[in-house]
Amino acid sequence: MQPTNDAALQTSTAQPTHDLPVIAPGHTLASITDKITSIVLRRDTPLAWAAGLALASTGLFFLVISIAWLLAKGTGVWGINNEVGWGFAIINFVWWIGIGHAGTLISAILLLLNQQWRTSINRAAEAMTLFAVACAGMFPLLHVGRPWLAFWLFPIPNTMGVWPQFRSPLLWDVFAVSTYATVSALFWFTGLIPDLATLRDQAKNIWAKRIFGMLSLGWRGAAMHWERYEIAYLILAGLSTPLVVSVHTVVSFDFAVSIVPGWHATILPPYFVAGAIYSGFAMVLTLMIPLRSAFGFKDFITDRHLNNMAKVMLATGLIVAYGYVMEAFFAWYSAAPYELAMIHNRMFGAAWKSYWALILFNVAIPQLLWFRGVRLNPMWLFMISIVVNIGMWLERYVIVVTSLERDFMPSAWADYYPTKWDVMLYIGTIGFFFFAFFLFIRFLPSIAIFEMKSLVPRRDAGGAKGSAASSTKEGTHHS
Amino acid sequence: MKHETPSIYGVLAEFAGADELVAACKRVKAAGYDKVEAYSPMPVEEAGHALGHKSYLSALIFCGGATGAITGFGMQTWISVFDYPLNVGGRPFFSWPSFIVITFEMTVLFSALTAVIGMIALNGLPQPYHPLFNSAAFERATRNRFFLCIEAADPRFDLAEVKKVLQSTDPLLVEEVPQ
Repeated sequence: MQPTNDAALQTSTAQPTHDLPVIAPGHTLASITDKITSIVLRRDTPLAWAAGLALASTGLFFLVISIAWLLAKGTGVWGINNEVGWGFAIINFVWWIGIGHAGTLISAILLLLNQQWRTSINRAAEAMTLFAVACAGMFPLLHVGRPWLAFWLFPIPNTMGVWPQFRSPLLWDVFAVSTYATVSALFWFTGLIPDLATLRDQAKNIWAKRIFGMLSLGWRGAAMHWERYEIAYLILAGLSTPLVVSVHTVVSFDFAVSIVPGWHATILPPYFVAGAIYSGFAMVLTLMIPLRSAFGFKDFITDRHLNNMAKVMLATGLIVAYGYVMEAFFAWYSAAPYELAMIHNRMFGAAWKSYWALILFNVAIPQLLWFRGVRLNPMWLFMISIVVNIGMWLERYVIVVTSLERDFMPSAWADYYPTKWDVMLYIGTIGFFFFAFFLFIRFLPSIAIFEMKSLVPRRDAGGAKGSAASSTKEGTHHS
Repeated sequence: MKHETPSIYGVLAEFAGADELVAACKRVKAAGYDKVEAYSPMPVEEAGHALGHKSYLSALIFCGGATGAITGFGMQTWISVFDYPLNVGGRPFFSWPSFIVITFEMTVLFSALTAVIGMIALNGLPQPYHPLFNSAAFERATRNRFFLCIEAADPRFDLAEVKKVLQSTDPLLVEEVPQ
């Protein structure tokens, strides 16, 4: 059997097909393989990719410089002070980890809910999770001041005879975030194994073959292997689902378990989780809209995907809006003077611009998503996703800073101003994030090949590209 | 050098679609062969069922999770109550509700590690060499083709007979795979 005979064979087995709602009509197992692997295996590197990587590298450079300066001088180079001990570090930590949550939601929760449209976006979304968690993890690590002693956070037997304090949400966070990072990495790698084997078999270059061969662990798609694989994958999804909720709940406990006005509220866990998914979907859209244009993935990441992601954003955005309303309501209804002062300070105090900007960005502008025309317009969607990314950052800024600037005693009031090192470190993590993402889309399959193959109807699996198109209705636009 | 009877790993048949593979699995199984394995570019559950594959991985993962839960809760209890009792805001040493979060995280961590390591280990991976990789056609197993292999280790293996059975399943190709 020569590969040249493939086309003839495929045509001969073509059959009428069903609706193809989440993948453009006419794709076969072979065309999916070729389309996705060609991006990784192409010999020439697109100039735009190199330019993007170079830009991201500049950010990475900022990261290295700002960390080096921080380690040399200590956390005094940041804008934090005695009263506002949680500045940019915690704001950025919460922002990044929230972004990561959409990846897990797409790969795990939507898998359990049998939402087929997740298939083409889950790989890139999981990669986004991994890199976002890496960015998030840097901040508390650096914030401890002496990161080389960060292992004290873990219960490691030591000659001092001391142990961590297990009743503190900050320690829960250590366990939650490190578990989340580990499970996200496992989930991502497990998903990659069969695709790495595909790359091994498709690669012509001997080194590519060897490297992908080693990474794929010798996967050969045996039925027994698939059986165990599916069990492991499904259980990982089942584990990740409560995990992702627990992680942001624990992050909110860092605030809610304290007695600081504006933090000590029972609404915080659900409101934080919804906010995390909200910002995460915004980031997925920020990444996917250029990605699908640049790589010609519009057959796989269809308008239906954009539409659905926009709907998830709208829904979670409304939950977040409810959270803002409830914060104000609780403050008023509690009649506690400190809570009232807190909400008044947020709305009309020194940071009033940030507060109303976040209301505009997170509540007002995303209402455009009610319109189908906006949801199906990549340009509008891209701009709204950027607006929500900024809005969610401002939300964390307002929560962290305004409450700490003005708590109980006027003698404990202070103002917070970030320094250039705060800003540089933040830009640095954005650079790192995009640097890693650029490497990912070039060297690994950014769409799950084997999962896409499961979307091709059985009868059509060997069908030729042209023959199925005519019988397929436009299934990509309704959901 | 020519060997008189080159030892072979098995006989491989190639199919165009998942349905053909499942049909072939059933047929080969009905013919009484036991050392049979199907290969596909994506999971084909029915093929595994037809070949009678069963895995105890889920039970293993449950044990992993239980170990994680016991480790997490046990560690915190032992440290907070016995090894390093610390009065935090007047709470009892055995303040178990505050141990639940870490217990949960440890359960998830251990289960996930068991799931992935267990899956890889039970599958016998990493395995850089496998006789099937000698077949040029088998490169398509991760692309768009479906394969069925009757292994020479099967007690009923008889080269001519096996080839005849596989030919009867309407394959695209039947070939011997060297050891």
